[in-house]
Amino acid sequence: MQEVVMPINNQEMALLCLLVPLLPFIGFLINGLGNRKLPKALVGLLGSGTVLASFLISVYLFIDFTSNGSRPYIVDLYNWFTVGSLEIGFSFMIDQLTLLMLLMVTGIGFLIHVYSAGYMSHDEGYGKFFAYLNLFMFSMLLLVMGSNYVMMFVGWEGVGLCSYLLIGFWNKNHNYNNAAKKAFIMNRIGDLGFLLGIFLIFITFGSVSYPEVFLSASQMTGLTDSGVMIAITMLLFVGAMGKSAQIPLFTWLPDAMAGPTPVSALIHAATMVTAGIYMVLRSNVLYVLAPTTMEFIAIIGLATALLAATIGLAQNDIKKVLAYSTVSQLGFMFLALGVMAFSSSIFHVLTHAFFKALLFLGAGSVIHAVSNEQDIRNMGGLRKWLPITFITFLIGTLAISGIPPFAGFFSKDELLAHVFEHNKLMWALGLLASFMTSFYMFRLLFLTFFGKFRGTEAQRSHLHESPSSMTIPLIVLAILSTVGGFIGLPAVFSDTHTLGNFLSPIYDLARRANGAALEPAHIDHATEYILMAVSVVVSVIAIIIAYVMYVKKETVPAPEGTRLSPIHNLIYNKYYIDEIYDTVFVRPVMAMSTAFHRFIDVIVVDGIVNGFGKLVMASGRVLRLTQSGVIGFYVFVMVASIVLILFLNFFIA
Amino acid sequence: MNQMPEVIRTIPLEFYLYFSTALFAIGVIGVLTRRNAIVIFMCVELMLNAVNVLMVALSSYRSDPNGQIFVFFIMAVAAAEVTVGLAIIVMIYRNLRTTDVQLLNYLKW
Repeated sequence: MQEVVMPINNQEMALLCLLVPLLPFIGFLINGLGNRKLPKALVGLLGSGTVLASFLISVYLFIDFTSNGSRPYIVDLYNWFTVGSLEIGFSFMIDQLTLLMLLMVTGIGFLIHVYSAGYMSHDEGYGKFFAYLNLFMFSMLLLVMGSNYVMMFVGWEGVGLCSYLLIGFWNKNHNYNNAAKKAFIMNRIGDLGFLLGIFLIFITFGSVSYPEVFLSASQMTGLTDSGVMIAITMLLFVGAMGKSAQIPLFTWLPDAMAGPTPVSALIHAATMVTAGIYMVLRSNVLYVLAPTTMEFIAIIGLATALLAATIGLAQNDIKKVLAYSTVSQLGFMFLALGVMAFSSSIFHVLTHAFFKALLFLGAGSVIHAVSNEQDIRNMGGLRKWLPITFITFLIGTLAISGIPPFAGFFSKDELLAHVFEHNKLMWALGLLASFMTSFYMFRLLFLTFFGKFRGTEAQRSHLHESPSSMTIPLIVLAILSTVGGFIGLPAVFSDTHTLGNFLSPIYDLARRANGAALEPAHIDHATEYILMAVSVVVSVIAIIIAYVMYVKKETVPAPEGTRLSPIHNLIYNKYYIDEIYDTVFVRPVMAMSTAFHRFIDVIVVDGIVNGFGKLVMASGRVLRLTQSGVIGFYVFVMVASIVLILFLNFFIA
Repeated sequence: MNQMPEVIRTIPLEFYLYFSTALFAIGVIGVLTRRNAIVIFMCVELMLNAVNVLMVALSSYRSDPNGQIFVFFIMAVAAAEVTVGLAIIVMIYRNLRTTDVQLLNYLKW
């Protein structure tokens, strides 16, 4: 039982915990300060080495944790600040969820650092890139390790900053800078919600430290579905919407593909965007007390999954397709959270991190090979030139489509089974989204790797497989995408759900708070088999359709500027959501700023400031005439003033 | 022989007040109306001495020697001021051949 999380007394363990985020930070400092001066080999070695060290320490922490009876503990480093009754400690909490995220973040982070060493080798901002990546690792580790909401917020803002810096990494391109600003501003909207949520938590529970908040939440009576719980969870979810790109704040993520591809893989697919899910999961005690919010989250997640999947059907940019599939998969994860299938959600986070990082890195390898071409209409037949990339990309695609025995199958199947139990209609819609996912992913695969090469002759002569620093991470991730699903075998195959059992203790308090909501799924084996079969059949049908369309008939998406059917046009233009936001929010705000500038700033503020200046000048011009140089006049004024003062003194006051 | 404070107290205090007020007023009016720098200077001395008289009178009526100490200071400062002031006036006269203050209006905007 997770009664009260005990602080740890072991100094060495505390130091190890501190080293996990500190090492990438040291890497950031050295690479950042030595930018341009350090040799490239050293920069890459430092950047990857620090993250590898963090990963190894995380593994050690994990082994130590499980061998000592899986007891969560808190590492109190120092008291960060105290305001009134609010005490914020700079402390880490190590429990099952933290360890899982640690392993995922540092493990995939390390692979992507290695990949970046190859991918960015021709870039002049090599040192800057690794410095930012290391800073990102530091922030992300703070986010998952912090033992209170304020620490999480610090990490939350840190990853947002790094995301901004890395999207706009090639800051000579104005469009990239705009994409970076868009991501930053949209995240800021979410952050405001998150911050208000933290304030409300403090007001309600008198603390922001996880163990205290969750303990008092589970003990207070009459909280279930009360207004304050709904407000807290909704506000926190607004933060998650921004960070994890859910409707209505998802449009920044596809634009974020302006950054270098390893960044898209690390930040905008595998780790940062799952911070929202981590946060909801961390606050599971609060969320089970607000079923209304849960229902809302499920609906938002499902809507996002469907919307992004439909947009993905018609995109022609290899990274944009992957971006929309990320948004769609994040929608699935929130759908799982909404139906209180917490473990399924984190399971999908984990497998998604494997295969989506793999897909992005594969896409990066393709882009690298075809001289920075990103349009799949100008690719094709690449499997001849890029065999390793092709095979790993195929594994990733199979995994995301949910074909057994790849990782995505187990997590998505488990997730959909929980949704089925909760609501049949949601399940049907989720299946539809899953169908579209398989279709557009295979469309991408077929258009890129099958058929004839459609690019220019110059590109064809440059085609080459990527260096080993790029292919090795691909192979490792491909292996993980293949076997990663076995940590959560469904009930029909195995008695023990390894991941579910491991994570079970973090829901203890939630069970006590609202046990009825967390009852495990009771699905008989027949239903489970049927559900599995249905989702596999649906995916296979989608793959066959894609095969017939893009390999048999060799359809190539229409070039830019052709007239499309109305629906196709609508999807191709992403439902005009960017344009709607532009009209509804951006332009009115711009117009208002212009109006405020012209009226408030130029007329009122400048008027007051300049008015004072003019007043002083004018009065000076008049008053200087009194300095006539005539002594008699001065004396007279002096005497008259003294008389006046005396008069006032004696007769008035 | 009577002591000085007692001699002073033979005249009522009001008379000292009237006298020094009159003396001070004459001084002020002189400064305001006269144009000759030397006369203005003399009027300033009148004002200083009006204050001196009042100080001495009040000091003896209230049996407080502080007033008389101030009188000594004022006399010393006035003497110093006279030397400097007269020297300036002499220099002005040498340069301008006049001591009319109305003509000394060069120091202005």
